[in-house]
Amino acid sequence: MLVPISWLKDYVDIDVPVESLAERLTVAGLEVAHIRYIGLPQQKVPGLQMPRSDHLVWDRDKILLGRIVEVKAHPQADRLVLAMVDYGGAEPEQCVTGATNLFGYKDQGEINPPIWSAFAMEGATVWDGHSDKAKRMTLKGKELRGIYNKSMVCSEKELGISDEHEGVIVMDHDDSYIAGAPLADVLGDALLDIEFTPNLARCFSIIGVAREVAALLDVELRYPSFNFLAEGEPIAGQVDIEIREPELNPRFTLTLLRDTQVKPSPFWLQHRLKLIGQRPRNNIVDVTNYLTFELGQPMHAFDYDKLVERAGGRPTIITRLPEPGEQLETLDDVLRDLGVEAILVADTAGALSLGGVIGGGETEISETTRNVLLEAAAWNNIGIRKTIKEQRVHTEASTRFSRGVHPSQAILGCGRGIELMRQLGGGAVATGVLDHYPRPPETVTVNLPIERVNRLLGMEVTLEAAADVLRRLEFEVELIGDVIRATAPDHRLDISSDEVVGQADLLEEIARVIGYDSIPNSIMADEMPPQWENTTVIIEERIRDILVGQGLYEVISYRFTSRESEAMLVPAGARSSPPEGDYVQIANPAASERDVLRKTLLINMLESAVNNARYQPSQQLFEVGKVYLGRGDLLPEEPLHLGILLTGSRDEPWWQGAEASADMDFYDLKGVVESLLAGLHIDDYSIQRGSHSSFHPGRSADLYINRERIGSFGELHPEVAARFKLTAPKVICGEIQVAPLIQQHQRLHTIMPLHTTPAVLEDIALVVNADLAAGEVEAVIRQAGGRLLKDVRLFDVYTGDQIPPGKKSLAYALTYQDDNRTLTDKNATKIRRKIIGAARHRLKAELRA
Amino acid sequence: MSNPIEQIRGEALQSLASVTDSETLAAWRGKFLGRRGAVGKLFGQIGSLPQAERAAFGQQVNALQAELDAAFDARETLIQSQAMARDLEEGDIDISLPARPRRRGGLHPSTRTHREFQAIWADMGFHVYQSRDVEEDELNFSLLNLPPHHPARDMQDTFYTADSRVLLRTHTSPGQIRAMRELGAGGSKPIRVILPGMCYRQEQITARSEIQFTQVEGLAIGRNIRMSDLKGTIAEFAKRMYSPEAKVRFRASYFPFTEPSMEVDVECFLCGGEGCRVCKYTGWLEIAGSGMVHPTVLRNGGYDPSEWSGFAFGMGPERITMLKHGIQDIRYFWSNDLRFLQQF
Repeated sequence: MLVPISWLKDYVDIDVPVESLAERLTVAGLEVAHIRYIGLPQQKVPGLQMPRSDHLVWDRDKILLGRIVEVKAHPQADRLVLAMVDYGGAEPEQCVTGATNLFGYKDQGEINPPIWSAFAMEGATVWDGHSDKAKRMTLKGKELRGIYNKSMVCSEKELGISDEHEGVIVMDHDDSYIAGAPLADVLGDALLDIEFTPNLARCFSIIGVAREVAALLDVELRYPSFNFLAEGEPIAGQVDIEIREPELNPRFTLTLLRDTQVKPSPFWLQHRLKLIGQRPRNNIVDVTNYLTFELGQPMHAFDYDKLVERAGGRPTIITRLPEPGEQLETLDDVLRDLGVEAILVADTAGALSLGGVIGGGETEISETTRNVLLEAAAWNNIGIRKTIKEQRVHTEASTRFSRGVHPSQAILGCGRGIELMRQLGGGAVATGVLDHYPRPPETVTVNLPIERVNRLLGMEVTLEAAADVLRRLEFEVELIGDVIRATAPDHRLDISSDEVVGQADLLEEIARVIGYDSIPNSIMADEMPPQWENTTVIIEERIRDILVGQGLYEVISYRFTSRESEAMLVPAGARSSPPEGDYVQIANPAASERDVLRKTLLINMLESAVNNARYQPSQQLFEVGKVYLGRGDLLPEEPLHLGILLTGSRDEPWWQGAEASADMDFYDLKGVVESLLAGLHIDDYSIQRGSHSSFHPGRSADLYINRERIGSFGELHPEVAARFKLTAPKVICGEIQVAPLIQQHQRLHTIMPLHTTPAVLEDIALVVNADLAAGEVEAVIRQAGGRLLKDVRLFDVYTGDQIPPGKKSLAYALTYQDDNRTLTDKNATKIRRKIIGAARHRLKAELRA
Repeated sequence: MSNPIEQIRGEALQSLASVTDSETLAAWRGKFLGRRGAVGKLFGQIGSLPQAERAAFGQQVNALQAELDAAFDARETLIQSQAMARDLEEGDIDISLPARPRRRGGLHPSTRTHREFQAIWADMGFHVYQSRDVEEDELNFSLLNLPPHHPARDMQDTFYTADSRVLLRTHTSPGQIRAMRELGAGGSKPIRVILPGMCYRQEQITARSEIQFTQVEGLAIGRNIRMSDLKGTIAEFAKRMYSPEAKVRFRASYFPFTEPSMEVDVECFLCGGEGCRVCKYTGWLEIAGSGMVHPTVLRNGGYDPSEWSGFAFGMGPERITMLKHGIQDIRYFWSNDLRFLQQF
């Protein structure tokens, strides 16, 4: 909300620079997002940084308050006139102007009552009113259609007040005006753009902000008068009120002004409304808008005669729920179907307006309105929120009522509103206010021991200091021993009657006004909770470290996907592979391709590979993140998974052996997986032929721990690869559950001693059937070799001319070692015989010569 | 007849003088000083000499061996130093040629920031408590003092699931309730945890806003946790995270689940508080929302708010990462673009 300082000063004296005030408000919770200056210079306050403002600063000697004494015709031009301006000089200055709003005064002699405008002398800098862009210009004397002209009367645009450039500023007479006074002293201003958090509903008005300013600066708050001069008939008997839903409409008040005149508002009112971005309409409607902003009490004015006409006599205003199928055409020219979430202001003939939200068209104020019925009511904020949601309508009224306006404000608005209308339009106000108030809110009183303030803030605040803050905020304060007994003022709905919560509410007020900066910084002196380690986090991070150590980059993906995307992972006719579970469906997705939560990381890995393929010839990626599996409970399971993807050349191209190195394949990923398991000291696992349908059935594997399949990896199934256009280079990827890795990792693994006995090294080559798995051969060797066989390393796989067809040769480097003594040749031969024997017997293997 | 000792001596020293490489030197040593070399043979002849000559002959052969050993050592040193000199002289490579590429790998920048957070908070006694992403409306809102239709619900646009009781958490705060209930032992034990995790909001994806983002929430509950502790603890964090001189400012604010509530600003570390584009010329960067845990939230976590108090704070690691590295576009984070990831 925009808060002009000039308006604020009606209620509170401000003796600090506007920049300091903005900072003070911001730190106290009323965040000033921006200061907009009008004519006044930005001030530099020590220790305070502000964005530099680029506005026009009015020269105090050259931009002046001028009285337009007379408007004469231009001898040469019909579309120009000569404004004779008294700017305090010896003679009035003649300004050539095309301002259409002065044409009415042409050749009328001296203008009375006087009108005032903004007068800029030669040498003054103003905005170029004819330019679409912000462009400064400095006034220089020149002839305009034969008349020499060196000064001007200015439009709002030329002075940076608004975009208005149809005519020049024309201000009503004020006895305090002096011709030649610096304009900055009259129209110079600064507007605070304040953002209100939901708890600050009470501040959502100029008076609301003034109240905060008064409390923060510890100065007096001057309320405007809420009284009105009543000279007419009593209001009772001229209109009735019937509230049918007191919960939704706790208060409804009416006042009546007869024989008034609807016309444009005076300059001061129009100016204030324009400053805060409101369009002036007429004196009656402008007053309702003005009070919305001044007091924070939205109001509505009806044409009383139209109500009488509808009722065929004395009207009754009824607030009620809509009837089924009921409609209302509102002021924004929308014919609204009224649902269940609305409360109507109606009469016996039907709906008049959407209570607290927007008025109806039929009974609105028009130029011919003579009698005005003014409504000021209170509405339940949740009811209004529901209406806003259902009707999708946001107005200044609904914004305020939806945050909560205290019903006490209605009667104030009524009095001030009708009096302003009377002053501006004339007429007689009916005596009394028709006030139906079925649900006054409870008066909240909170007992706050000062000890609690000190304990929770961690500083000594005296009873008197705390009480003073609350008094400044208009609480009624009583001191009972060391307890502050504070009663909330009648504009606040945010103080809880729950004792502990109410205490917190007051504590916040005390801390905020004292200033958070005056609370000391301390180190917690409270009991330290038991220290514990989160194993899940530690292992999760270790997994990341191991993979990064292998040259992989960590990615973090959107957890949103679509069924269609994940379906692309399953070849035609195949069943989808685990994880199993229902999708978590998003009711209001950001986009249709992100309407469920992922069940697998593979989709993210592949999409990443596709996106990176344009720039990266080789990729090594992993992600550790949750997948979401509905299992019939209210909340899904959220297991952590590990996704890995490799694609492209194993080594990056280099200037030695410049040809690209070989592409990564299944064995690269197997290496990554086994290194990970080794890094976590998980020995008890097995890798078996793959069963996951997204992978090539012959070039993929499943990882088992404790006979449970915890993941799969391998070359992407060619059909899936084709769908993602990831056929060349091949993509190798996998997905592994993290929980079993965390369970099985050995926190306290035992290391092997470092033996000094010499090892015997030996190579053997075994010729076996080509389809025999190398893993089986190694298992047989290890078993036969026993305790003394320390290491088995396959170093060659050969098929070809030198061995029979259908066979392959597997060459192993074997290491024999005894921990305690030196092995003799005889010992080594014995082990070797056992190995060869077992291979022959169990694998039909032959020793290759 | 010439003395065989002298003859061998002459021959050996002469040929040694022409040895210039270590292979020839090794051959020379074999020829003269090896087990079956010339000197060895002389030792072999001792037995065949008359008894009277043996001692003298033996002495001479020993002297010869010592002399040749010394000559060998000298020659070896010479050859080695020459070889070294040659290597230093001629063995230069073009060090401006490109390096052999190594696979480096890297953690995601968000993970890096989270680790920094976790390390700092762990030092202050805060441990990681992990909570779920898909959450009940009850925990995400109602139990945090945000009943249905509360105006503050407007502050967060929520992703709901097909079951309207279930949503994607809009902040890590529902973990506060879970942590209090799980670790608080019915409101009888103090707690210090941080709750990191992914959060979700139904927003337009732009350079400045995302539909998912991580948060780190902190929670301390005890019998005597004070607002001054909150200030001191966060100021300590800022010193560790940003700089030992980091200035911190606390502004009143509003969160339904804390009261009093405050925003925490740190002096802009990019301009030193002088005002720059990043801090919008204010000299301050917003780094956290925080406050004293609301009595209603304490109650919902099982604690008696007249006896127990606590503070909570929430921070956005992505924002801090962006500030630290000059990242202009938040969409980089989940883009998985290696050109981005390889820069960390």
